[in-house]
Amino acid sequence: MSGLSIKDRIKIPRHKAPEQPPEVRSRNFEEVCLGFGLEEAKEEALRCIECPKPSCVAGCPVGIDIPRFVKLVGEGAILEAAHVLKEKNILPAICGRVCPQEKQCEQSCVIGKRGEPVSIGKIERFVADFERLSGRVELPKPGASTGCSVAIVGSGPAGITGAFELARLGHRVTLFEAMHKPGGVLYYGIPRFRLPSDVIESELKALEYLGVEIFKDAVIGKALSIEDIFKMGYDSILLGTGAGLPKMLGIPGENLVGVYSANEWLTRLNLMRADLFPDYATPIEYGKNIVVIGAGDAAMDGARTSIRLQPEAVTLVYRRSRAEAPCRVEELHHAEEEGVKTRFLTNPVRFIGDSHYKLKAIEVMEMALGEPDSSGRRRPIPIEGSNWTIECDTAIIALGCDINPLVTRSTPGLELTKSGIVVVNTETGMSSIPGLFAAGDVITGGSTVISAMGQAKVAAKGIHDYLVAKKGLRLQYAAV
Amino acid sequence: MFQIFTRQEIAPKTVHLKIEAPLVARKVQPGQFVIVRVDEKGERIPLSICGFDREAGTLELIVQAVGRTSHEIYDLQAGDSFLDVVGPLGVPTHAEKFGTCVLIGGGYGSGAILPMGRKLKELDNKVYGIVGARTKELLIFADRLQAALDRLFITTNDGSAGMQGLVTDALKAILDDEPVHYVVAVGPVPMMRAVSDMTKPLGIPTMVSLNTLMVDGTGMCGACRVTVGGETRFSCIHGPEFSGHDVDYDELVARQRMYAEKERAALEEYLKQKEQSLCQA
Ligand SMILES: Cc1cc2nc3c(=O)[nH]c(=O)nc-3n(C[C@H](O)[C@H](O)[C@H](O)COP(=O)(O)OP(=O)(O)OC[C@H]3O[C@@H](n4cnc5c(N)ncnc54)[C@H](O)[C@@H]3O)c2cc1C
Ligand SMILES: Cc1cc2nc3c(=O)[nH]c(=O)nc-3n(C[C@H](O)[C@H](O)[C@H](O)COP(=O)(O)OP(=O)(O)OC[C@H]3O[C@@H](n4cnc5c(N)ncnc54)[C@H](O)[C@@H]3O)c2cc1C
Ligand code: SF4
Ligand code: FES
Repeated sequence: MSGLSIKDRIKIPRHKAPEQPPEVRSRNFEEVCLGFGLEEAKEEALRCIECPKPSCVAGCPVGIDIPRFVKLVGEGAILEAAHVLKEKNILPAICGRVCPQEKQCEQSCVIGKRGEPVSIGKIERFVADFERLSGRVELPKPGASTGCSVAIVGSGPAGITGAFELARLGHRVTLFEAMHKPGGVLYYGIPRFRLPSDVIESELKALEYLGVEIFKDAVIGKALSIEDIFKMGYDSILLGTGAGLPKMLGIPGENLVGVYSANEWLTRLNLMRADLFPDYATPIEYGKNIVVIGAGDAAMDGARTSIRLQPEAVTLVYRRSRAEAPCRVEELHHAEEEGVKTRFLTNPVRFIGDSHYKLKAIEVMEMALGEPDSSGRRRPIPIEGSNWTIECDTAIIALGCDINPLVTRSTPGLELTKSGIVVVNTETGMSSIPGLFAAGDVITGGSTVISAMGQAKVAAKGIHDYLVAKKGLRLQYAAV
Repeated sequence: MFQIFTRQEIAPKTVHLKIEAPLVARKVQPGQFVIVRVDEKGERIPLSICGFDREAGTLELIVQAVGRTSHEIYDLQAGDSFLDVVGPLGVPTHAEKFGTCVLIGGGYGSGAILPMGRKLKELDNKVYGIVGARTKELLIFADRLQAALDRLFITTNDGSAGMQGLVTDALKAILDDEPVHYVVAVGPVPMMRAVSDMTKPLGIPTMVSLNTLMVDGTGMCGACRVTVGGETRFSCIHGPEFSGHDVDYDELVARQRMYAEKERAALEEYLKQKEQSLCQA
């Protein structure tokens, strides 16, 4: 490869992936970021100084060998780079799009301390797309059968990863999913302009090749209990049911016509395709002014889907300041470019309806920042007498989720925290019930795709070890 | 795929279906419902379970054609299939030995109360049923209820069957006659509301099965929110039955009508397309 010195490498400016211009993309649901081309990806890869002790790897929740795959890209060996990625991450085209790299690998990147970090995420995405579109995807093969079977509940990132790891080890895997399509939040939450459906579908194909059986429309806790699944002969179960119970504000008027949870808003548009109503049968209703409450990823997605429906105005209301917004920086920036207005330090106190129970305004209060709270962020404090109203006909509440009780509360003996989160041994992923493991948002209350995947890998190893001990398997855990 | 084994038109624009859904049939309890989807472009809609056979793995549903999706279902024939049937969803009807129970059904609700009645009978309750309709030919499940319950009262607005009047008139007659310990009403909102208004001053526990709009039916979206006793509840996981005395009915009705205009247009479009394809054929 080119004998560039560290100095030369550092001089190369960070490449920005091309995007649809804001005024164009705010009127369509096509992907916003167009990704690197081969030359850009190669040049960007050359910015990596190949640290002997790379800090980026530790910043990655699944420990991708970043310097190795980046180096291969610099050498133009893209398919080989893809293999390196897939050693650790089976959903690279998804993660390359939705991971908050700025808080993970790129935050730890050494050259980012002085200048801008290597654009690891965009390179990852390029590599994954290149392989995906090359027609030369290396298909995973199931391991030699161990005779053990594992049931996985929920097909979000945690369930998919668990299924993948366990099938590779030769266990027979069955996935139970409540909805009519697998993918979890990837499918019903994250909009297509950030994560196109064909990207999800093509990465999920791996499960087919691994012989994973998928049962959709199966609500565990209702159709089958955890106990039923054990009785059916499964040796172990991985729970990956996510968070999935939208938090409401608990203020007057929150059930008025026109008030949505972000989950409902996004599910109607993403999973049910309300954007194509009446060709698709599920409708969505909105007016001229849409207000989105919150500043996490779901709030950004709510606001950015709203903009694409072309109302007169979309306003984001958040009780803390910009600095505390938990969403990805990139997404807030995208939202503002697309025309979303922001009102920080503003908190709704009541929804106001007309005589037909239709939302017409939200009364809000201004806030000031006080001392840091338990989350380490400065606590918002209401300013007395600062109330005013925002006229609007649609509101989207995006405050995150609590844990859905259907499985957790129907499983006697399952230890939960006070807020309903499943308690697991962090080293093995096992819950208080022997043989029942859990990973993803159901053990954290909500985090990221990649951390759900990381936890699922821990749990898959935990399950494998459990089966080895229980069944006297002579296999060693090979995927690490 | 979930096949339709039998289809019977039991009243105008109303079909009774027996469908294949073994997973649901194994666990279902009275008062629960399923969410179904007809095809890839279809909406997910909730339907009450009016009967089940655990061994055969079948469910019975009653569908009234009101909008596009229910028309699509109405137009399915025996041998056709649903793409998705999800369930059993919701909390089962609470059943214990109450004493005298009155189950009241309107529309598809006359079907939904049948399994509840059987369950309450098993627990040694005296169970009366009341079913009402505008006119005789719209009555649903009257013979089956008659056979299963201690007594069935029929009301029609025009007096073409049973007593002339509303279900509340029959309820009043029962209440005047003997003590009642438990009431369940399933059907149109105005009916459930009128029943609750009647039993509230008497302090008779009254459950109503709320037919809110829904999407997933698993607590994930909140489309089914209702205000009960001043609190927000999700009717798919906390209900669908709630104490009828505490429900904010005006809000419920407003939320049900949220998409009325769009739904009307979608139905017209569906009927137009159907006519065209019939003409071509
Ligand atoms: C709108 C939105 C945008 C987001 N954007 C990002 C982002 O850009 N980057 C990022 O890293 N993270 C993002 N997140 C967070 C991320 O999506 C989650 O942390 C991640 O999906 C968690 O994965 P999981 O597998 O634990 O759960 P989920 O993805 O929630 O999947 C759980 C699955 O289990 C199924 N299920 C639930 N209950 C049952 C049951 N009883 N029986 C059977 N199946 C059941 C559900 O239907 C679902 O398919 C976002 C979240 C939201 C809501
Ligand atoms: C738990 C539960 C159980 C149900 N059980 C049954 C059942 O067994 N059989 C059955 O036929 N229906 C049942 N419903 C109602 C059924 O789900 C709706 O009628 C259906 O969603 C209508 O879809 P559509 O597209 O045909 O009509 P839409 O086009 O959605 O609606 C057509 C018209 O009906 C009105 N409407 C829509 N939904 C309702 C509603 N829930 N109540 C009153 N008016 C409404 C609309 O405002 C509109 O004017 C149940 C609902 C719930 C929540
Ligand atoms: S920290 Fe940055 S420069 Fe160092 S190896 Fe990782 S990506 Fe390359
Ligand atoms: S229907 Fe979605 S939460 Fe009840």
